[in-house]
Amino acid sequence: MDIALISAAYIVAALLFILSLAGLSKHETARDGNVLGMIGMGLALVATLWLALRGSSALNWLLIAVAMAIGAAIGIWRARIVEMTGMPELIAMLHSFVGAAAVLVGFNTYLATGSDGSGGSDGVHLVEIFLGVFIGAVTFTGSIVAFLKLSARISSKPLMLPARHWLNLAALVVSAALLVWFVASHSIVPLAVMTAIALAFGWHLVASIGGGDMPVVVSMLNSYSGWAAAAAGFMLGNDLLIVTGALVGSSGAYLSYIMCKAMNRSFVSVIAGGFGSDGAVSNTDVDYGDHRETNADEVADLLTHASSVVITPGYGMAVAQAQYPVADLTAKLRERGVDVRFGIHPVAGRLPGHMNVLLAEAKVPYDIVLEMDEINDDFPETDVVLVIGANDTVNPAAAEDPTSPIAGMPVLEVWNAKEVVVFKRSMNAGYAGVQNPLFFRDNSAMLFGDAKERVEDIIKAL
Amino acid sequence: MQIGVPRETRARETRVAATPKTVEALVGLGYDVAVETGAGDRASFSDEAYAAAGARVVDRAEAWGSDIVHKVNAPSDDEIPFLRPGTVLVSLMAPAISPDLVEKLRASGVTAMAMDAVPRISRAQSLDVLSSMANIAGYRAVVEAAHEFGSFFTGQVTAAGKVPPAKVLVAGAGVAGLAAIGTARSLGAIVRATDARAEVAEQVESMGADFLPVVMPEVDEAAASSDGYAKEMGEEYNRRAAELYAAQAPDVDIVVTTALIPGRPAPRLITADMVATMKPGSVVVDMAASNGGNVEGSVADELVVTANGVKIIGYTDLAARLPTQASQLYGTNLVNLMKLLTPGKDGQLVLDFDDVVQRNMTVARDGELLWPPPAIQVSAAPVAASPASTKKVAKEPEPPKDPRRRYVGMAIGAVVFALVAAFSPASFLGHFTVFALAVVVGYYVIGHVHHALHTPLMSVTNAISGIIVVGALIQLGQWAGGMSGAILVLAFLATLIASINIFGGFLVTRRMLTMFRKG
Repeated sequence: MDIALISAAYIVAALLFILSLAGLSKHETARDGNVLGMIGMGLALVATLWLALRGSSALNWLLIAVAMAIGAAIGIWRARIVEMTGMPELIAMLHSFVGAAAVLVGFNTYLATGSDGSGGSDGVHLVEIFLGVFIGAVTFTGSIVAFLKLSARISSKPLMLPARHWLNLAALVVSAALLVWFVASHSIVPLAVMTAIALAFGWHLVASIGGGDMPVVVSMLNSYSGWAAAAAGFMLGNDLLIVTGALVGSSGAYLSYIMCKAMNRSFVSVIAGGFGSDGAVSNTDVDYGDHRETNADEVADLLTHASSVVITPGYGMAVAQAQYPVADLTAKLRERGVDVRFGIHPVAGRLPGHMNVLLAEAKVPYDIVLEMDEINDDFPETDVVLVIGANDTVNPAAAEDPTSPIAGMPVLEVWNAKEVVVFKRSMNAGYAGVQNPLFFRDNSAMLFGDAKERVEDIIKAL
Repeated sequence: MQIGVPRETRARETRVAATPKTVEALVGLGYDVAVETGAGDRASFSDEAYAAAGARVVDRAEAWGSDIVHKVNAPSDDEIPFLRPGTVLVSLMAPAISPDLVEKLRASGVTAMAMDAVPRISRAQSLDVLSSMANIAGYRAVVEAAHEFGSFFTGQVTAAGKVPPAKVLVAGAGVAGLAAIGTARSLGAIVRATDARAEVAEQVESMGADFLPVVMPEVDEAAASSDGYAKEMGEEYNRRAAELYAAQAPDVDIVVTTALIPGRPAPRLITADMVATMKPGSVVVDMAASNGGNVEGSVADELVVTANGVKIIGYTDLAARLPTQASQLYGTNLVNLMKLLTPGKDGQLVLDFDDVVQRNMTVARDGELLWPPPAIQVSAAPVAASPASTKKVAKEPEPPKDPRRRYVGMAIGAVVFALVAAFSPASFLGHFTVFALAVVVGYYVIGHVHHALHTPLMSVTNAISGIIVVGALIQLGQWAGGMSGAILVLAFLATLIASINIFGGFLVTRRMLTMFRKG
């Protein structure tokens, strides 16, 4: 009867997770979705503890309590103190934990059941263990590299090893060979060797992807972490793990696919690494003419006489922590009857939805925060566009220059507005390494300096 | 190299090709600057000011004998002999309508660059003297009109009675026209404007004037010309435009015509009949008088008063009537040109004919005639059409693949799966069913996620991935004394880090979600 109850609890938990994800896809139901997820997790934990601790000693109780207490303390502490701009790093870090846990669980399963030939150590089971460890290891190091890149601890430039595609292929082939050996021998050696290879493979995979593609990478790693959990489910024969892992895996993969489509990249080429580095040499010495510089007073003047304003933020807003003054500026302009809206490119920032989170943190109402497709047709009727720390996502070359490395990527067509003010630190190119002809258009003006300070200056001048 | 700035000799010319400010900039580019004594007198720049800015004040012969000569007007026949072969002469030349001058310059062996032959591309805006001079002329045209007009421009209600505002019609909304609109508006007049190019309506309205379109039976695309200037219009258009002017003439007080097509006689916009219908005391400023005039009866450089008391102003030196400002802008255009020609900033002039701007401006070099230059397309209009067409191409569906191939692929997949299934335990298939269904559910559940929620969604899936703790918990809970210590340690670690995920993930999602609010 115990087992039946536990299975029932697992089924309910799995359903709650599905409802949780469904809830998360709309603003109105998002919070309920999160609560459902928590309830599902709570239920799953209680059922599992019951299952795990039947007839166990006090030592087991104590160990579980200590492990979970430490984990919970760290998790709650990080979640409380994290800055919204640091969200990408936190999420990448959390992905790596799932990967690491999958590796550990995989090894444990092998140690407990696989090595002595008892407990269903047939070929399928060994394959499950092997795959679980492989995916977990790739997720682990991949997420760590993503974390290091996002927190700028290592350079975000793509690592360009010679014959990198062959290296990746070799890693896969060797791993497959090791799998055969592992199934045949039941030895720990091939498992350990494969783990080392998988760790290096994961590292190299993400290291060779440029910083501009990080939103896709993070969501891809999210997907991997799901597959790792699903693989663990197979090796433990646990349906809850399988369902949850598959849910996370397929939703993450679909999310990555959406992002790739938004950048007009093939999914495979992003994952295989090296986007933005193959064709970026061209076009660097084209003379685009002169850019026009402006100052905060002029922009303030422009804004007071505008009737519609669109703000298109990018990663630069996150770096400068400018979301609060931007929200302040928005509120001030709206008080005066100016129609202020935000246009968010799907890959703005370093995380899917990054800009939305920052604007929400600064209490910008979400119904004026629109996505690219919703706002692109409105630019011709817009008086002023403020481009705050965005570059590649507003680059007209993507639409107009077929030789550009970012050609064909859908972008915010800000240049159709009457006036465009670009907030930028300098004239340097964006992440894709492509010069932006927008800056040299007649209706564009550059406002150089720290985005936060400049926006504050404009508020003062209003 | 030395840049010479001679004194202008043409009658009524008040401008000078350099001001103390631009001299400083030229010196900064590495040039020696020699200004003829008294060159800036009429533009209120003294010899002392030039000297203070770093120029040498020299006599006429020395200024003309420089390596580079900067002028406003083209040299007269008397002046051409002063030029040494090889000298670079930069000035206005109107090469399209002065073949004699071009021929003489070619024969003298100088390199002649026409400041009025700068192509109208964005990059060359900073050296376009036609724009900078037209801006000044447009302003001055209104000031001249106001000077001759017997009433206020602005409407007023005073103790001595009500004054109606003046009505101004500006024909042609190029740089000069827009400047005239702005000036007349700022004096308080009611301003209307018309132009053959319908797309300038927005610019006209942005300056505060009403745009009067010439209504055509069908839209004529030819008006937006590819070289950035207005073109001569068709007959039907001219007839309808004439109707518009005829209707406006009796109503307005001031007419400013700016329709000047480079190298061609100016189009006749206002006929003598129309002028005859205007109110006495009205003023017409014909800014195209030098090329024959837009207004019938206008005389270049003169003020004509018609029988019905309408004043027609035909001054051709409108820009020169603001000598200080005009010299400053002209000089700055020249500095921008020299920046382009001095890539090394070392005072060495380098001509690069691969650059369309430099090629276009150069009329003659080393006895070789280089006018007219090869045609270049400067307008963005034709280019703008291409992205749409390429997009269309991109959107075209890929040719459908042979369906048989897909079926074969599916069949192979099914066979492989059947083989795997046949050799695996029953429990695996059960799990696999669950797995396959969950993948599909995950795909559909996420299908319509709002883009703003990507981050919270990701962090909640992250927390849910922490479910892997289940595996670790079971291992930890079932550990007994006889088992390997390594299992205990690994399970403990796995539980710990998975817990970080669960608690951290849900909490941070909640934090994010509480921030989203509707305004």
